Amino acid sequence: MRWMWIDCILEHEADSRLVAIKNVSLAEEHLHDHLVDGKPIMPFSLMIEGMAQTAGIIVGSTSGFKEKVILAKIAKATLDCDVTVGDTIRYDATIEHIDTAGAKTMGIIDRRIAGGDAWERIGKVELLFSHIDNNMAGVSFPEHNFVFSDNFKMILDTAGLSGLAEV
Amino acid sequence: MSREEIFEKIQEVLDDALGVDEDEVTPGASLTADLGAESIDFLDIVFRLEKTFDFKISQGELFPEGLTDNEEWVTDGKLTDAGLSMLRERMKHVDFDAFGASDRDISKIGDLITVNSLVNFVEIKLAS
Repeated sequence: MRWMWIDCILEHEADSRLVAIKNVSLAEEHLHDHLVDGKPIMPFSLMIEGMAQTAGIIVGSTSGFKEKVILAKIAKATLDCDVTVGDTIRYDATIEHIDTAGAKTMGIIDRRIAGGDAWERIGKVELLFSHIDNNMAGVSFPEHNFVFSDNFKMILDTAGLSGLAEV
Repeated sequence: MSREEIFEKIQEVLDDALGVDEDEVTPGASLTADLGAESIDFLDIVFRLEKTFDFKISQGELFPEGLTDNEEWVTDGKLTDAGLSMLRERMKHVDFDAFGASDRDISKIGDLITVNSLVNFVEIKLAS
Protein backbone atom coordinates (compact mmCIF):
# COMPACT_ATOMS: atom_id res chain seq x y z
CA MET A 1 0.00 0.00 0.00
CA ARG A 2 1.27 3.43 -0.86
CA TRP A 3 1.41 5.88 2.03
CA MET A 4 -0.58 8.97 1.13
CA TRP A 5 0.59 12.37 2.36
CA ILE A 6 -2.49 14.32 1.34
CA ASP A 7 -5.94 13.97 2.90
CA CYS A 8 -8.22 15.48 0.31
CA ILE A 9 -8.42 17.61 -2.81
CA LEU A 10 -9.88 21.11 -2.47
CA GLU A 11 -9.61 22.54 -5.97
CA HIS A 12 -9.06 21.20 -9.45
CA GLU A 13 -8.51 23.08 -12.71
CA ALA A 14 -8.38 20.63 -15.60
CA ASP A 15 -4.88 19.90 -16.96
CA SER A 16 -3.46 22.80 -15.00
CA ARG A 17 -3.77 23.02 -11.21
CA LEU A 18 -4.64 20.96 -8.14
CA VAL A 19 -4.91 22.03 -4.51
CA ALA A 20 -4.87 19.48 -1.69
CA ILE A 21 -4.59 19.63 2.08
CA LYS A 22 -3.12 17.57 4.86
CA ASN A 23 -4.08 17.76 8.50
CA VAL A 24 -1.10 17.04 10.73
CA SER A 25 -2.08 14.73 13.57
CA LEU A 26 -0.29 13.42 16.63
CA ALA A 27 -1.71 10.01 15.67
CA GLU A 28 1.01 9.83 13.02
CA GLU A 29 3.79 7.76 14.54
CA HIS A 30 6.61 9.40 12.60
CA LEU A 31 5.98 12.68 14.45
CA HIS A 32 6.89 11.02 17.75
CA ASP A 33 10.41 10.55 16.42
CA HIS A 34 10.84 13.90 14.74
CA LEU A 35 11.14 16.46 17.50
CA VAL A 36 12.71 19.91 17.58
CA ASP A 37 13.17 21.23 21.12
CA GLY A 38 10.71 18.57 22.23
CA LYS A 39 8.05 19.68 19.75
CA PRO A 40 6.82 17.32 17.02
CA ILE A 41 7.63 18.77 13.59
CA MET A 42 6.38 17.58 10.23
CA PRO A 43 9.49 16.51 8.25
CA PHE A 44 10.05 18.70 5.18
CA SER A 45 10.87 15.59 3.13
CA LEU A 46 7.31 14.33 3.73
CA MET A 47 5.90 17.71 2.78
CA ILE A 48 7.80 17.46 -0.48
CA GLU A 49 6.22 14.02 -0.94
CA GLY A 50 2.80 15.58 -0.25
CA MET A 51 3.47 18.16 -2.93
CA ALA A 52 4.72 15.42 -5.27
CA GLN A 53 1.48 13.49 -4.79
CA THR A 54 -0.61 16.62 -5.39
CA ALA A 55 1.38 17.60 -8.47
CA GLY A 56 1.59 13.98 -9.64
CA ILE A 57 -2.21 13.73 -9.70
CA ILE A 58 -2.63 16.81 -11.90
CA VAL A 59 0.17 15.65 -14.21
CA GLY A 60 -1.26 12.09 -14.37
CA SER A 61 -4.78 13.37 -14.97
CA THR A 62 -3.72 14.97 -18.27
CA SER A 63 -3.40 11.46 -19.73
CA GLY A 64 -6.28 9.89 -17.82
CA PHE A 65 -3.63 8.28 -15.54
CA LYS A 66 -2.45 6.08 -18.40
CA GLU A 67 1.11 7.44 -18.30
CA LYS A 68 3.39 6.32 -15.47
CA VAL A 69 4.33 9.58 -13.81
CA ILE A 70 7.19 9.44 -11.36
CA LEU A 71 8.99 12.13 -9.40
CA ALA A 72 12.33 12.48 -11.13
CA LYS A 73 13.89 15.56 -9.60
CA ILE A 74 13.33 18.09 -6.85
CA ALA A 75 14.54 21.12 -8.77
CA LYS A 76 14.11 23.54 -5.86
CA ALA A 77 12.52 23.36 -2.42
CA THR A 78 12.34 26.01 0.27
CA LEU A 79 10.50 26.08 3.59
CA ASP A 80 10.43 29.14 5.84
CA CYS A 81 8.98 27.72 9.06
CA ASP A 82 7.99 24.55 10.86
CA VAL A 83 4.65 22.77 10.78
CA THR A 84 3.46 20.97 13.90
CA VAL A 85 0.52 18.89 15.13
CA GLY A 86 -2.87 20.54 14.78
CA ASP A 87 -1.71 22.57 11.77
CA THR A 88 -3.04 22.10 8.26
CA ILE A 89 -0.83 22.11 5.19
CA ARG A 90 -2.12 23.23 1.80
CA TYR A 91 -0.36 22.11 -1.38
CA ASP A 92 -1.11 24.22 -4.47
CA ALA A 93 0.46 22.64 -7.57
CA THR A 94 0.46 24.12 -11.08
CA ILE A 95 1.81 22.53 -14.25
CA GLU A 96 4.41 24.86 -15.74
CA HIS A 97 5.42 22.65 -18.60
CA ILE A 98 4.38 19.25 -19.96
CA ASP A 99 5.24 17.12 -22.97
CA THR A 100 5.64 13.46 -23.89
CA ALA A 101 8.85 13.08 -21.89
CA GLY A 102 7.67 14.62 -18.63
CA ALA A 103 6.38 17.62 -16.77
CA LYS A 104 7.52 20.43 -14.54
CA THR A 105 5.36 21.76 -11.73
CA MET A 106 5.50 24.76 -9.43
CA GLY A 107 4.10 24.25 -5.98
CA ILE A 108 3.19 26.59 -3.15
CA ILE A 109 3.00 25.36 0.43
CA ASP A 110 0.70 27.20 2.84
CA ARG A 111 0.13 26.58 6.54
CA ARG A 112 -2.88 27.22 8.76
CA ILE A 113 -1.95 26.98 12.39
CA ALA A 114 -4.13 25.11 14.87
CA GLY A 115 -7.22 27.14 15.72
CA GLY A 116 -6.44 29.78 13.12
CA ASP A 117 -8.37 30.91 10.05
CA ALA A 118 -5.70 32.46 7.88
CA TRP A 119 -3.37 30.69 5.45
CA GLU A 120 0.27 31.70 5.51
CA ARG A 121 2.68 30.99 2.65
CA ILE A 122 5.62 29.03 3.98
CA GLY A 123 7.32 27.33 1.07
CA LYS A 124 7.85 26.61 -2.61
CA VAL A 125 8.64 23.33 -4.32
CA GLU A 126 9.61 22.99 -7.96
CA LEU A 127 9.39 19.41 -9.23
CA LEU A 128 10.21 17.50 -12.37
CA PHE A 129 8.25 14.40 -13.33
CA SER A 130 9.18 11.81 -15.90
CA HIS A 131 6.72 9.97 -18.10
CA ILE A 132 8.92 6.97 -17.60
CA ASP A 133 7.83 5.00 -20.64
CA ASN A 134 9.30 7.86 -22.68
CA ASN A 135 12.38 8.42 -20.52
CA MET A 136 15.50 9.82 -22.14
CA ALA A 137 17.68 7.07 -20.70
CA GLY A 138 15.71 4.49 -22.72
CA VAL A 139 15.03 2.29 -19.66
CA SER A 140 12.01 -0.09 -19.86
CA PHE A 141 9.41 -0.41 -17.08
CA PRO A 142 6.55 -2.89 -16.40
CA GLU A 143 3.45 -2.44 -18.55
CA HIS A 144 0.92 -2.02 -15.72
CA ASN A 145 0.63 1.40 -14.10
CA PHE A 146 2.15 0.87 -10.65
CA VAL A 147 2.18 4.59 -9.85
CA PHE A 148 -1.48 5.47 -9.48
CA SER A 149 -2.71 2.91 -6.97
CA ASP A 150 -6.11 2.43 -5.33
CA ASN A 151 -5.17 5.03 -2.71
CA PHE A 152 -5.00 7.70 -5.37
CA LYS A 153 -8.35 6.50 -6.72
CA MET A 154 -9.87 6.86 -3.24
CA ILE A 155 -8.71 10.48 -3.02
CA LEU A 156 -10.13 11.23 -6.46
CA ASP A 157 -13.43 9.51 -5.55
CA THR A 158 -13.70 11.51 -2.32
CA ALA A 159 -13.25 14.76 -4.24
CA GLY A 160 -15.83 13.75 -6.85
CA LEU A 161 -13.08 13.52 -9.47
CA SER A 162 -13.21 9.80 -10.26
CA GLY A 163 -14.12 10.70 -13.85
CA LEU A 164 -10.56 11.90 -14.39
CA ALA A 165 -9.32 8.31 -14.21
CA GLU A 166 -11.81 7.05 -16.76
CA VAL A 167 -10.70 9.08 -19.75
CA MET B 1 20.38 38.23 -29.62
CA SER B 2 24.18 38.07 -29.67
CA ARG B 3 26.12 34.88 -29.03
CA GLU B 4 27.44 36.38 -25.80
CA GLU B 5 23.91 37.14 -24.58
CA ILE B 6 22.85 33.57 -25.41
CA PHE B 7 25.85 32.25 -23.47
CA GLU B 8 24.97 34.34 -20.41
CA LYS B 9 21.39 33.08 -20.43
CA ILE B 10 22.60 29.49 -20.77
CA GLN B 11 24.88 30.04 -17.80
CA GLU B 12 21.80 30.98 -15.77
CA VAL B 13 19.85 27.98 -17.10
CA LEU B 14 22.62 25.56 -16.12
CA ASP B 15 23.14 27.29 -12.79
CA ASP B 16 19.45 26.69 -11.97
CA ALA B 17 19.15 23.21 -13.49
CA LEU B 18 22.41 21.69 -12.24
CA GLY B 19 23.24 23.82 -9.22
CA VAL B 20 26.66 24.69 -10.63
CA ASP B 21 28.44 28.00 -10.28
CA GLU B 22 28.40 30.25 -13.31
CA ASP B 23 32.20 30.21 -13.50
CA GLU B 24 32.09 26.42 -13.98
CA VAL B 25 29.94 26.93 -17.07
CA THR B 26 32.70 27.48 -19.61
CA PRO B 27 32.10 27.05 -23.37
CA GLY B 28 34.02 23.78 -23.49
CA ALA B 29 32.44 22.22 -20.38
CA SER B 30 30.63 18.93 -21.07
CA LEU B 31 27.20 18.75 -19.43
CA THR B 32 27.69 15.19 -18.21
CA ALA B 33 31.45 14.81 -17.74
CA ASP B 34 32.19 18.27 -16.29
CA LEU B 35 28.90 19.59 -14.90
CA GLY B 36 27.47 16.30 -13.59
CA ALA B 37 24.22 16.30 -15.58
CA GLU B 38 22.15 13.10 -15.55
CA SER B 39 19.46 12.05 -18.02
CA ILE B 40 16.63 13.70 -16.06
CA ASP B 41 18.61 16.95 -15.98
CA PHE B 42 18.42 17.03 -19.78
CA LEU B 43 14.63 17.20 -19.53
CA ASP B 44 14.94 20.03 -17.00
CA ILE B 45 17.38 21.86 -19.30
CA VAL B 46 15.04 21.44 -22.29
CA PHE B 47 12.12 22.93 -20.32
CA ARG B 48 14.24 25.83 -19.08
CA LEU B 49 15.63 26.59 -22.56
CA GLU B 50 12.10 26.60 -24.01
CA LYS B 51 10.96 29.04 -21.34
CA THR B 52 14.05 31.26 -21.55
CA PHE B 53 14.18 31.53 -25.35
CA ASP B 54 10.47 31.04 -26.11
CA PHE B 55 10.70 28.20 -28.62
CA LYS B 56 9.71 24.53 -28.68
CA ILE B 57 12.25 21.71 -28.66
CA SER B 58 11.18 18.32 -30.01
CA GLN B 59 12.25 15.15 -28.23
CA GLY B 60 15.66 14.08 -29.54
CA GLU B 61 16.32 17.45 -31.18
CA LEU B 62 18.83 18.74 -28.65
CA PHE B 63 20.28 15.54 -27.19
CA PRO B 64 20.81 12.24 -29.04
CA GLU B 65 18.15 9.66 -28.12
CA GLY B 66 17.15 6.16 -29.17
CA LEU B 67 20.41 5.49 -31.02
CA THR B 68 20.84 1.96 -29.72
CA ASP B 69 17.38 0.98 -31.01
CA ASN B 70 18.74 0.98 -34.55
CA GLU B 71 21.51 -1.48 -35.50
CA GLU B 72 22.28 0.57 -38.56
CA TRP B 73 23.41 3.38 -36.27
CA VAL B 74 25.02 1.47 -33.41
CA THR B 75 26.72 -1.93 -33.65
CA ASP B 76 28.53 -3.61 -30.75
CA GLY B 77 28.33 -0.41 -28.73
CA LYS B 78 30.02 1.68 -31.43
CA LEU B 79 28.52 4.40 -33.58
CA THR B 80 28.58 3.33 -37.25
CA ASP B 81 29.38 5.57 -40.22
CA ALA B 82 25.65 5.71 -40.98
CA GLY B 83 24.93 6.70 -37.39
CA LEU B 84 27.56 9.41 -37.50
CA SER B 85 26.19 10.81 -40.78
CA MET B 86 22.66 10.81 -39.35
CA LEU B 87 23.77 12.67 -36.22
CA ARG B 88 25.80 15.21 -38.21
CA GLU B 89 22.73 15.90 -40.33
CA ARG B 90 20.26 16.10 -37.43
CA MET B 91 22.42 17.76 -34.78
CA LYS B 92 24.34 20.52 -36.46
CA HIS B 93 24.94 22.17 -33.09
CA VAL B 94 27.29 19.37 -31.93
CA ASP B 95 30.92 18.94 -32.99
CA PHE B 96 31.32 15.25 -33.85
CA ASP B 97 34.81 15.48 -35.39
CA ALA B 98 36.85 14.18 -32.45
CA PHE B 99 34.24 11.52 -31.64
CA GLY B 100 34.20 10.33 -35.26
CA ALA B 101 37.97 9.88 -35.17
CA SER B 102 37.90 8.04 -31.81
CA ASP B 103 36.71 4.52 -30.97
CA ARG B 104 33.11 5.89 -31.16
CA ASP B 105 32.07 4.29 -27.87
CA ILE B 106 28.33 5.09 -27.70
CA SER B 107 28.38 5.34 -23.91
CA LYS B 108 30.53 8.45 -24.25
CA ILE B 109 28.38 10.26 -26.77
CA GLY B 110 26.61 12.28 -24.07
CA ASP B 111 29.95 13.91 -23.25
CA LEU B 112 29.80 15.68 -26.63
CA ILE B 113 27.03 17.95 -25.43
CA THR B 114 28.94 20.97 -24.23
CA VAL B 115 27.91 24.45 -23.20
CA ASN B 116 29.12 25.59 -26.60
CA SER B 117 26.82 23.12 -28.36
CA LEU B 118 23.86 24.53 -26.39
CA VAL B 119 24.83 28.03 -27.52
CA ASN B 120 25.06 26.76 -31.13
CA PHE B 121 21.65 25.10 -30.76
CA VAL B 122 19.96 28.25 -29.49
CA GLU B 123 21.65 30.36 -32.15
CA ILE B 124 20.40 28.02 -34.91
CA LYS B 125 16.87 27.87 -33.44
CA LEU B 126 16.59 31.64 -33.10
CA ALA B 127 17.80 32.13 -36.66
CA SER B 128 15.31 29.64 -38.16
